[in-house]
Amino acid sequence: MTLSRRHMLISGLTIAAAGAVPRFAYAAAATPRRLVFVIQRGAADGLAIVAPTGDPAYAAARGALAEEAGGASLNGLFTLHTALAAGAGLYRAKQAHFAHAVATAYRDRSHFDGQNVLEGGGSRPYEKSDGWVGRLLTLLPAAEREALAIAPAVPLALRGSAPVATYAPSRLPQADADLIARLSALYADDALLHPLWDSAVKTQELAGDIGGNNGRNGADLGKLAASLMLPADGARVMMIETGGWDTHSGQRGRLTAQLRGLDQLVGALQAGLGPAWNDTLVVVATEFGRTVAVNGTGGTDHGTGSAAMFFGGALAGGGPVAGGMVSADWPGLSAANRLDGRDLKPTRSLESVIGAAIAHHYALDPARVMQTLYPDA
Amino acid sequence: MPSLYLAANRFGLGRRFDDPATDDPQAWLLRQLEDYDPVPAPIAALPGRAAIAAAYVEYQDDRRAMRRNAPDDVAQKDGTGTAMAPELQRLSRSAIRAHYVDAAAARLANAVATPTPFPERLVHFWSNHFAVSADKLPVIGFAGNYEFEAIRPHIMGKFSDLLIAAVRHPAMLLYLDQAQSFGPDSPVSDRIRARGRRQAPGLNENLAREIMELHTLGVRTGYTQADVTAFAKVLTGLTVAGLGRGAGQRLMPAGAADGDTVFIAPLHEPGAQSIMGKSYAQGGADQAEAVLLDLARHPATARHIATKLARHFSGDTPAPALVARLEADFLRTGGDLTSLYRTLVAAPEAWGAEPAMFKSPWDWTVSVMRSLKLPALGDRQNVPALFTQLGQPIWRPGSPAGYDDLVATWAGSAAMMQRVELASRIAGRIGDRVDARQLAPLILADALTTQTAQAVARADSPGQALALLYASPAFLRR
Repeated sequence: MTLSRRHMLISGLTIAAAGAVPRFAYAAAATPRRLVFVIQRGAADGLAIVAPTGDPAYAAARGALAEEAGGASLNGLFTLHTALAAGAGLYRAKQAHFAHAVATAYRDRSHFDGQNVLEGGGSRPYEKSDGWVGRLLTLLPAAEREALAIAPAVPLALRGSAPVATYAPSRLPQADADLIARLSALYADDALLHPLWDSAVKTQELAGDIGGNNGRNGADLGKLAASLMLPADGARVMMIETGGWDTHSGQRGRLTAQLRGLDQLVGALQAGLGPAWNDTLVVVATEFGRTVAVNGTGGTDHGTGSAAMFFGGALAGGGPVAGGMVSADWPGLSAANRLDGRDLKPTRSLESVIGAAIAHHYALDPARVMQTLYPDA
Repeated sequence: MPSLYLAANRFGLGRRFDDPATDDPQAWLLRQLEDYDPVPAPIAALPGRAAIAAAYVEYQDDRRAMRRNAPDDVAQKDGTGTAMAPELQRLSRSAIRAHYVDAAAARLANAVATPTPFPERLVHFWSNHFAVSADKLPVIGFAGNYEFEAIRPHIMGKFSDLLIAAVRHPAMLLYLDQAQSFGPDSPVSDRIRARGRRQAPGLNENLAREIMELHTLGVRTGYTQADVTAFAKVLTGLTVAGLGRGAGQRLMPAGAADGDTVFIAPLHEPGAQSIMGKSYAQGGADQAEAVLLDLARHPATARHIATKLARHFSGDTPAPALVARLEADFLRTGGDLTSLYRTLVAAPEAWGAEPAMFKSPWDWTVSVMRSLKLPALGDRQNVPALFTQLGQPIWRPGSPAGYDDLVATWAGSAAMMQRVELASRIAGRIGDRVDARQLAPLILADALTTQTAQAVARADSPGQALALLYASPAFLRR
């Protein structure tokens, strides 16, 4: 009797292990590549996030805000914001790259126009009705084309000819399967509602057990994104929206809180994706930067050049946007070197940096990537 | 005959279960413009500005006491910015938050009960056009009061009056940092510099930029960075009594109560300012009023407002002819808003055969509630939390541009699932006491399709029938 029970127990373990091993082996052999685009809406202050502490004009221009830059020293010129602890760890592990003094083609200072150019990938606001991520999908193999935005509706960056699902965490009780089927029939001939409903149903099936997660803080959001990207039929391209970067006043406390959230988001993505992190590229970008000088209310106003961030295990392998590096053709912060006397002068196009990172990540021809994502660049 | 469905949903907030039948929907809409009540009962019952200001002052005092008692805990928090998590928890119990919750509930109760849904939709439209966002701490308590006192009394008057009321309300002054903007060469700044302070308080151009970009002229209409800076200087001196700290508060006029909008001459940038080629030499507060009046009647403003109204009442891409008629009307009447509404009601473009727009979460929820005699939600339903879940937190669009007004803004797959889930919940509560088969022709009127009528009739339970009605294509749209 005892022997028999022991035997059963051992058998059970053996079966479980046998079931797990091949799945793991598949995953290790060839995980599909993954892309996460984190948009920072509101013009994030690149000069505080990746602070040019080695620039002789920096401390004077930034006054009290210069004290934020107490984090990891990246090289002789740049210091990472103190709230980006996980980001600093990734940088040391050659899994983070910071591109500074970059900007899109947009040169005015309206958030909404600036975001339109950042997402659409055109040279002027409202020129494109689809987005650069949406157009990228057309270049990807079917297994890597599944796209999802954590948002109630599809953001411009993801719009295009390929279908994109959206997912917004909901704490409402789920609708029953019969009602869902009847609605599918009711929407069958509706050109707008039919595709939206199809992807809602599909996403709900995938997201089943995370309904309680409201995604309100960075760690939850990162965990949620990873849980939506990990399954075999989960999303491969993901867009995450973050707001609250428009720090006109009281920047010190607000930006620290924002960056702590972003840092945890990236950390939770890495933890949640496990081995798949090694085939993941995270792009973090904002519509434009903020003024070099601090304004009268302890904040900064709308500027031009800013910094973009890239994270992911794949960056350790080098390439044009390699991990463990800050890339910048640094213009200097002295008044004479600023754009319009007030802003960090952009010396490289954000489009070219993102294009190069994407082309390398997917092993695509860089010229073809640029032409598809940013035809006007 | 113009569509009753469009009158009720595109112009109004959805048919009420007890709405009388009408054979002249346009006359019904025009009558509402005269019957509009700026201070209906649910709103009249709310406390005024003084009580809200008192709650904020008390909150600030608490914070100061806390800082003295536990300095490390609050060292990094900033009273003007976004509250952080532990602070938010405290705030949710405080009187400030209660003002917001009560005002949101009153707004919903009024929208559900109102016999004049067309003007109420216009209130929501203008409140979103001149958006403040309650994610900034000082704005939370004032957000409802802003709509009730700055927007509601002015939607039937001149655009310039509405603009000036919106700009001068404490919620706007606090939201767009005007309350802390000092003229760089104002007497107060000079004095602070003379005392050798490292960083004198200074100019904040946030409000000036958003008035030009969002409230009046519209983006890319010819004004320059220099115009924005000059306008920001013109606005200096305009601030809120009792709610901030620092130099400004010591200069408040003796009679000013906490929460009053005040003009403090020693904070105002002296001298003439040139904006879009015109010089404004007026002194003091008259200077800002002169600029606002010019902005309010500028041709770019007429076009901007005409385009936004036309889009709201006819769809994403309004017909150029409709925009042109509204624009001409605006210029001819000097921005008379009621005249614009009459033009819209008369516009064939607003009465197209198909519902062209997707209801916002607010529109959809209000129209569900209006259709029911029974309360759709439980007594303990937290109104702000509901709209946050649905993706449209009340008075919290997150940006001074307000919520977008396009089909793509609201028609998302997650948004649809959320509505279906909420419809299921409501159906679960009261579905057995409502006959959706009788309700469908009443509330969808001429837009009830055979498919929807059949789906409702063939549902497996009364509750499922009601959920299908609220998730039907015509009910999701307007």
